[in-house]
Amino acid sequence: MLYKLQFAELLPYWDVLLQGLVFTIVLTIVSTAAGVAVGTAGASARTFGPAWLGWIVVVYVELIRNTPFIVQLFFIFFGLPAAGVKLDETTAAFLAMVINLGAYSTEIIRAGIEAVPKGHIEAGVSLAMTKWEVLRHIVLNQAFRKIYPALSSQIIIVMLGSAVVSQISAQDLTYAANFVASRDFRNFEVYLVATLAYLVLAIVTRAVLRGLGRIFFKAAS
Amino acid sequence: MSLVSIREVRKSFGPLEVLKGVSLEVAKGDVVAIIGRSGSGKSTLLRCINGLETFQSGAILADGLEVGGMHTDVRELRRHVGMVFQQFNLFPHLTAAGNVMLAPTVVNKTSKKEAAEIAAEMLAKVGLSDKRDAYPSQLSGGQQQRVAIARSLAMRPKVLLCDEITSALDPELVNEVLRVVEQLAKEGMTLILVTHEMRFARDVGTNLVFMHHGKVHETGVPKEVFAAPKTPELQQFVGGIG
Repeated sequence: MLYKLQFAELLPYWDVLLQGLVFTIVLTIVSTAAGVAVGTAGASARTFGPAWLGWIVVVYVELIRNTPFIVQLFFIFFGLPAAGVKLDETTAAFLAMVINLGAYSTEIIRAGIEAVPKGHIEAGVSLAMTKWEVLRHIVLNQAFRKIYPALSSQIIIVMLGSAVVSQISAQDLTYAANFVASRDFRNFEVYLVATLAYLVLAIVTRAVLRGLGRIFFKAAS
Repeated sequence: MSLVSIREVRKSFGPLEVLKGVSLEVAKGDVVAIIGRSGSGKSTLLRCINGLETFQSGAILADGLEVGGMHTDVRELRRHVGMVFQQFNLFPHLTAAGNVMLAPTVVNKTSKKEAAEIAAEMLAKVGLSDKRDAYPSQLSGGQQQRVAIARSLAMRPKVLLCDEITSALDPELVNEVLRVVEQLAKEGMTLILVTHEMRFARDVGTNLVFMHHGKVHETGVPKEVFAAPKTPELQQFVGGIG
């Protein structure tokens, strides 16, 4: 038996798929920027901040890393409204992504911070720099250099994992694929296109991250 | 008046008492060489002077500031007290000039242009003007240590603490670092060095401090002390080195 591929039937929906793709890209870029910012703050607080703040970070990180992303998403979108916090699906998707990547990147960046030799920190404070100046000018730069590949992988994982937000009807690429499939019943073609789109997206993201890494960390090391 | 005054300082790591009441006066322009076996408390004493280590009792005054004092601004203290380490500790992501410029720009809010001038001046002082754009990984150990000295000098400290600064170097690189230190001594910089370079301690030092079991065991003018050590411990220590 031969299945006859009919991609032509997807054509009327090209704009839907494109919008989904754009949503996924924007979601990834925004949650990467915000998530890495959260991770940097979390890792800094954990290593350089007061103990009580460190404990708050530990609870946050462990809570997120030991629960499924989809449950976190459902909690934010379906759970919070019961407590009076109503978010639309797009906001909920962005928030869940940032919280999730924030927790993972906290741990990754913390590993980088701890890999910076203690002597560099002592040299910094001996030059009359404050703890936070040492963190900013000496530690974080070196830490990011060390953990950049690990962080890049996590960003790809989160980008692919973002397909889950379609479950709260945030209109990402997967949501668009589901939508098109439900209209024209060309499931094979639609999900083949979606799969390839994610594949290309991942490969391109990886290349972009590698390029950015070269620009940021071009110094000899 | 002493530039650095150490009075009856006691310091313990847990149950282990490392400094058992150390007193030492350092005047402006002194070159104090601290020698002694490993574990005698030399490095710990040095690290107490700029507040890298805390101590339990006694007092240290550095340029009139009470180290570890309730009202002492530790940042202010460290602007006056520079430190050079055994392991260089250059910042690997910055060039030689970048390493020297960092503290002036961040701490003193010096303009980039002015900081670059300071860096040029200090790198020239340590004989590395041609390496300003080199990264630490591109420098030999001796060159790295000279950059580390330039980095400390950029803050124009009143006193420079040197913690075994040639111990991590290959023998043939030791002299280029010692020459820089000797030049600083000639220019009148106050230096407190923990060192294993006995000849250097004797020839360049103005004061010799022999530490033993957490105390100042014997002290005096280096040439005299080395020529005729009074205590059996120092006789043995000097004899053992030959």
